[in-house]
Amino acid sequence: MYRAHLFAFCLCFMTVLLIALILQGFRQAVDQEVHWEGQRQLVSQLGLTDLALWSEARYTRHISQADLFTPFQNMPGAPDLFPAGSILPPAFSLPQTRVEVVRQESSQ
Amino acid sequence: MTRQWKLLDYALASLLRRKGKNLSILVIYTLTVATLASVLFLTQSLRQEATKVLSGGPDLVVQRLMAGRHELVPLNYADPIRKLPGVKSVQPRVWGYYYDSLKKVNLTLMGLPAEPEILVLLEGERPSKGQEIAVGRGIADTYGFGVGDSLLLIDAAGEKQLYRITGLFETGSDLLTNDLILFPEAELRRFFAMPTNRATDLAVSVYNPREVATLAQKVRYHLPDSRPIGKTEILHTYDTVFHWRSGMLLTVSLAALIAFCILAWDKATGISADERREIGILKAVGWDTTDVLALKFWEGLAVSLVAFLLGTILAWTHTYVFGAGLLAPVIQGWSVLFPDFDLTPSVDLYQLFILGMLTVTPYIACTVIPSWKAAITDPDSVMRS
Repeated sequence: MYRAHLFAFCLCFMTVLLIALILQGFRQAVDQEVHWEGQRQLVSQLGLTDLALWSEARYTRHISQADLFTPFQNMPGAPDLFPAGSILPPAFSLPQTRVEVVRQESSQ
Repeated sequence: MTRQWKLLDYALASLLRRKGKNLSILVIYTLTVATLASVLFLTQSLRQEATKVLSGGPDLVVQRLMAGRHELVPLNYADPIRKLPGVKSVQPRVWGYYYDSLKKVNLTLMGLPAEPEILVLLEGERPSKGQEIAVGRGIADTYGFGVGDSLLLIDAAGEKQLYRITGLFETGSDLLTNDLILFPEAELRRFFAMPTNRATDLAVSVYNPREVATLAQKVRYHLPDSRPIGKTEILHTYDTVFHWRSGMLLTVSLAALIAFCILAWDKATGISADERREIGILKAVGWDTTDVLALKFWEGLAVSLVAFLLGTILAWTHTYVFGAGLLAPVIQGWSVLFPDFDLTPSVDLYQLFILGMLTVTPYIACTVIPSWKAAITDPDSVMRS
């Protein structure tokens, strides 16, 4: 049964390694909190709203500030030219109100 | 217990007998899990980063729309907003874009308000006089500039302006400031030829964050041509962009899932003649159907557990040690000034559990079901076929 035991040992080793990586990740996130605090302060000082990820077009640089139809403003039916546009899905509508229909007992 | 150990031992020996086929299945399976887990880790980390960092942003940004397009907002729009109960402060923001045709990049130019005097994460000095600027690390690296050097920009009048770099943002802030140039506010107005009674938009700060939605409605009521954007909407945008079920990342995940489905389908549609003969012999020498099923279960579990664990460890290494080098180009697109960022590990154990269930369970089922079909058939006919 040496094969089974060896296999079980390898499986345990990989499981322990994965758990150690995940725990290390949690610890790293706790350490990172100091850096995030600094970045939050900078965001607060400058009033930033977006991450500096996509600088190829104006509407991809500040995705939270751009209109949904921004890529198509240049002409009717204009395609979205930039690859970042493929990553950005249309925002889901967030309804502020809810309508509930409650059946009333008939008064007979 | 000993019986199960022996079955596992036999299952491993059986897998090793067809090592070429099983090894190739293991490699494909591992790569599929690694791709799916990489997408999960990457998107989860980016969402975490965006949420943690942007939560310090303005509670409400008020833009003005004219003819359906963004328009500069008059400064007197701030007065009715300031009078609304619950509003702490209203800060006009002066910012815009500058397209550099040489590098084909849009730089973000921002006017620095008078307060605060000390900026965090800035090496060097805060720009205070007319021809001074502070720049992000991405700009400094792209143009090869440092503190004390000068950057040439062309203003709205077409005049060349030389600005001295007095400050450089630290590497840790790349995700926010990579393409950012900070000007003294008055100088940026002059650069853009922006009237002094206008701003790009208004940043509103409120006392109670739960009132933001109500305040946004009130702003719309008092200023019908305005477009208020709440912090929740900003965070929601990034939550949606970096959700693993959205856009391009979904395409990558789907490709991996389809590859896995093909692999599983291949297993499910039938077992090889060798395997069929092996099951027939086992039945002929006295093995029970349940023994055969247990054997196939151990075979499936051995392959799928190894693939899942190896794939997840590979994905972790790829995402957090090598900075998701294979997936980053998918996100980067055509961005010239894409920031270098060290991803902070973020694991959603629920997502990991779902990934495990989505990959391990179907594979075991695909291994056991065809074997069960063979095991319930007469051993003689199985061996002869």
